[in-house]
Amino acid sequence: MSDSQTHHGQESASLMQGAMIRRALLDSIIKLDPRVQIRNPVMFVVEIGSVITTVTWLIQVFGGKALGGNDPAWYTFTIAIWLWLTVIFANAAEAFAEGRGRAQAATLRSMRKETVAVMQDGSSKAASELTRGDVVVVAAGELIPGDGTVIEGIASVDESAITGESAPVIRESGGDRSAVTGGTKVVSDRLVIEITQEPGHSFLDRMISLVEGAARRKTPNEIALNILLAALTLIFVIVVATLRPFSLFAGASISDTSLIALLVALIPTTIGALLSAIGIAGMDRLVRRNVLALSGRAVEASGDVDVLLLDKTGTITIGNRLASELIPMPGVAETELAEVAQLSSLADETPEGRSIVVLAKQYGIREHEMAHINAHFVPFTAQTRMSGIDLDGQQIRKGAGDAVIAFVEGEGGAPPPQLREVVERIAREGGTPLAVARDSQILGVIYLKDTIKEGMKARFDHLRAMGIRTVMVTGDNRLTAAKIAEESGVDDFLAEATPEAKLALIREQQGEGYMVAMTGDGTNDAPALAQADVGVAMNSGTQAAREAGNMVDLDSNPTKLIEIVEVGKQLLITRGALTTFSIANDVAKYFAILPAIFATVWAVRVGSGRSESPLHVLNIMGLGDPRSAVISAIVFNAIVIPLLIPLSLKGVRYRPIGAGALLRRNMLIYGLGGLIAPFIGIKLIDLVVHGLLGA
Amino acid sequence: MTLLGWATIAIFALVLTALAYPLGRYMARVYQGERVFLTPILQWPESFIYRVIRVDHKQQQDWKAYARSLIVFSLAGWLLLYFILRTQTLWNFTGLNPEHFHSAPWNVTFNTVSSFLSNTNWQYYSGETTMSYFSQMAGLTVQNWLSAGIGVVVAVALVRGIVGRSGRSLGNFWQDIVRTTLYILAPISVIGAIVLISQGVIDNFASYLTAHTVTGLTQTIGMGPVASQEVIKELGTNGGGFFNTNSAHPFENPDGFTNFFEMLLVLVIPAALIFMYGKMTGNRRQGIAIYGAVMLMFLGAVAVAYIAEAHGSPAQHAAGLHTGAIAGSGGGNMEGKEQRFGIAGSALFDVITTVTSCGAVNSAIESYTGIGGAVPFANLSASEVIFGGVGTGLYSILLYVLLAVFIGGLMVGRTPEWLGKKLEAREIKLAGLGILITPLAALFCTAMATATSAGRASISKVAAGGPQGFSETFYAYLSQANNNGSAFAGYTGLVQPAAGNLGSHGISFADLLGGVDMLFARYAPILFALAVAGALAGKKVSPVGLGTMRTDNPTFVVLLIGVIVIVGALTFFPALLLGPIVQGLTGHLY
Repeated sequence: MSDSQTHHGQESASLMQGAMIRRALLDSIIKLDPRVQIRNPVMFVVEIGSVITTVTWLIQVFGGKALGGNDPAWYTFTIAIWLWLTVIFANAAEAFAEGRGRAQAATLRSMRKETVAVMQDGSSKAASELTRGDVVVVAAGELIPGDGTVIEGIASVDESAITGESAPVIRESGGDRSAVTGGTKVVSDRLVIEITQEPGHSFLDRMISLVEGAARRKTPNEIALNILLAALTLIFVIVVATLRPFSLFAGASISDTSLIALLVALIPTTIGALLSAIGIAGMDRLVRRNVLALSGRAVEASGDVDVLLLDKTGTITIGNRLASELIPMPGVAETELAEVAQLSSLADETPEGRSIVVLAKQYGIREHEMAHINAHFVPFTAQTRMSGIDLDGQQIRKGAGDAVIAFVEGEGGAPPPQLREVVERIAREGGTPLAVARDSQILGVIYLKDTIKEGMKARFDHLRAMGIRTVMVTGDNRLTAAKIAEESGVDDFLAEATPEAKLALIREQQGEGYMVAMTGDGTNDAPALAQADVGVAMNSGTQAAREAGNMVDLDSNPTKLIEIVEVGKQLLITRGALTTFSIANDVAKYFAILPAIFATVWAVRVGSGRSESPLHVLNIMGLGDPRSAVISAIVFNAIVIPLLIPLSLKGVRYRPIGAGALLRRNMLIYGLGGLIAPFIGIKLIDLVVHGLLGA
Repeated sequence: MTLLGWATIAIFALVLTALAYPLGRYMARVYQGERVFLTPILQWPESFIYRVIRVDHKQQQDWKAYARSLIVFSLAGWLLLYFILRTQTLWNFTGLNPEHFHSAPWNVTFNTVSSFLSNTNWQYYSGETTMSYFSQMAGLTVQNWLSAGIGVVVAVALVRGIVGRSGRSLGNFWQDIVRTTLYILAPISVIGAIVLISQGVIDNFASYLTAHTVTGLTQTIGMGPVASQEVIKELGTNGGGFFNTNSAHPFENPDGFTNFFEMLLVLVIPAALIFMYGKMTGNRRQGIAIYGAVMLMFLGAVAVAYIAEAHGSPAQHAAGLHTGAIAGSGGGNMEGKEQRFGIAGSALFDVITTVTSCGAVNSAIESYTGIGGAVPFANLSASEVIFGGVGTGLYSILLYVLLAVFIGGLMVGRTPEWLGKKLEAREIKLAGLGILITPLAALFCTAMATATSAGRASISKVAAGGPQGFSETFYAYLSQANNNGSAFAGYTGLVQPAAGNLGSHGISFADLLGGVDMLFARYAPILFALAVAGALAGKKVSPVGLGTMRTDNPTFVVLLIGVIVIVGALTFFPALLLGPIVQGLTGHLY
């Protein structure tokens, strides 16, 4: 990427950010609509308080001092302004979270161009009118008009529009790579596609509404937390409402404005303001990892996952087996075998073939260049089950044991008696044996082995520390599976797995109360994906799989599950931490506001005609004067919201240190921290406010 | 402060724990329907009772059916008690009304009946000038038993809901209440009464004695079946004294030993229930963790009260009096305390009866120092979770445990689960409302009583218009809302010119508001607790893993105490400021 491009990218990003911020600020005013606010009981109470204080102020200014008690108008005004700001800050938090998704939605929407689909019978139809069951033909260079399954043909498709990945992917009929998404582009060849969507319900439509938050519903845990916050709010409404008669009994009159300020300071506004932003941001963090959660419920559930089912191939092991050992037959030198094995694989571009060439190098065999030798490549066919080269009259072959034996016998040779033993041993250990022959002689066997991806052991340790058990699912026999399981450090395995066995395993685990997550791509994975609590479908998979899962990974990366679980946990931790913080904050607010509003309660003469309430000793922060104290508490209460927006969008970091240590850590930071921080914050604000008032 | 004082407190805590642990396991066996050593003796009377009251005790009840039975039973009990108390003279033929007392006025009776039904035992009347022996025995004592039983069965039902693996059954109300009475309350009461009688607690039907004092005055000395009521008064955390001076009266609580014994009686079932919870849930460690949290808060309260009282009152210091311990005297603030109990025995008793819903007193709380007097306020503010009333304490703290698990559970990154059960909106809603009721009732009633002249009429003349008047009022409704029944004194709902109720009249406002306060704050949380049990009963249980938040370790104990203290403090702090705290901060007399 050139410098100018980089520069341009940054500029457009900052321009977009600017637009996003403006939009968010506008939204936070629009969201003041009480019909929006009523969905959030905590902030709704604040808004009612804002209206009352504003009306009080207006009456003070225009209609005499009937309301507001002894409060000066500027005091009522200041409180009213900060209460409005509290609501606006809360709205801004939500708007910011939504804005990040909206930018993504805008990009997606631009792809939803109006195309004309060519039907199989040659007629044409607007893409937006396609319904389930229509069959369309898409040629190279054309946009795929809707979601569907390839029923004929093979082609490379550019899916960068939805995945961001620029390299085209192969889509073909049958198999596990048959799903195509509307809006992506066929780059080569031609596909016949059966449409699987109804108009307006395409994958793209769903994605847009998801990232925009339009389809967002409150998740179960969010609802539960909201209820808890409403209950706390109710308690404080009672506490503050009864304070009026109490203080009258004590001969003190506290203005409505001060009581409302106290109420707003006490109710859990911090978490109330940020709760929905946290939820939206959780979805958004997944989107950034190219995972689309089809419901917020799934994101929450992913934090709870106890058991992770991982497909062996592609997840735990590198998709292909690699040559790890050469076993010569008696009378054959290792180097000779290496030389022949290398020659047999020179033209073999499969990963297995490349790995044989690499292994041969370790035996000191120099790499031949195919072009420099006079050789004829014999490709692998399903009939011969062998590949190799014909070189200077020699026939060099490698392939499955029985196929090579048949070849050698056809050439008039006889397989050495040790061969069968070696082949069987390798198979038993889970490897793939490839016999190597030159004309009528079998020289030896190449041991192809499953190679475990680097760092898997660490990943499984990480998962174990998170409290998640991993189960490897493989079609291999028990022995092979056991060996790979042991080497990779996975907790358990399911061998000789069929889709039915996989489904049964999920049901069994769920029956024991575990939450199960899995990834899958094939149509036969669909039942298991649907059954799992968190089912992540690979975008490269079939349409059936994509519809069965509750998440789609656009990168088709099976190890993504680990990140998904972390995002789910982060989401929940952030909620808990900010709730704790919010409640712990109240203690300091009491010590700021109560001595202020009780300044004259049951006052006692303290010499020289001055009298004060014995409760003044509770002003442990030494706040300047009562009005400054109330204002400072309310200001703190308001500005803590924007200060915590970045944290709620980013999420509190999850550390796999065990639940006990994590709880201690978060209690210390957000509980004890929440207890102390406002004492400092309110004092600092008071220094400013009191200074301003004094001036 | 003396070594003996601290030793008394420490030994008490140890003895209590040593008794409560086996009792808790015994109770678990009783409620799980297992055979216990008393089964051979009690199974016949048990089945006899089922036959007489014609209930199918094997019928499994869901929470609604359980609650229905409980409400029907309570309603019948309320009507019966009201009838007995209002027709006191009708029962003179039994010979159990030697002083020929008339019934108390209707409004006071409404308050008294609601009070005994709700395990509160708030008393606007004095036992020895109002109640016949018949009313005490057939009326009040019966409810002392049954209200205690109701508390326990609700706790048991909640534990069954927490444990339940399938279905919605919480057990059978009738079986639970009969077993509670027969297997738990009765045996301990029999032993307890014998011990008390052996120490000089009276138990007779004699007429009142008239004594001629050395100064030539005459004095009437009340008699009655005291020991039998005294034991259930403590054991059932009822607290309604036979005599007005309650456990300070020598016929109720003659010496230091009975004082210690009565304190054990008060706490033994609430403490045992926590261990029972551990046993029934199969999570002994969690039972111990909750017990630890409760015990810590309890000992904290005792320490504050003891230190404050041993330090002496501001008046003593102002007068330059020596308040330290000297030979023959423990020193400290002895005003309103009995010499035979001393400071530690009074402070401990005071804390025990205010953390539970007992409300018995052996010293005058209004004579405590500012800080010492704030302790019972603080205890009441914790809404019966520090041991609490029999049963009430367990189901109240379990609602707090539920909230603590919810908040803590989030912080470890899982949707919260408690003993493997996911906590969702329904449980949070019910537990939140259950916790809300007591503060709501206390604050609302205090507001009504302080804001109206009808309410202010109950405040004692000397305290009117000052913080003491506020404290009296607040304590009265806080105590009634907590179903505690201990009184700060001064606040009254009955004007009784002479013993026997001739010419007496109640103060309707205080009587009715208090009565409704008690009933509401008793039955609403019970219904919420049962509903929580119902909601939890059918839930799937997930196994515990590394990522699950543990609820049986010190971290959780800290979290639980934090939630209880913060919620309690935030709720009641403003009101406490206007009463006891403002008084405690100044030597000024209002």
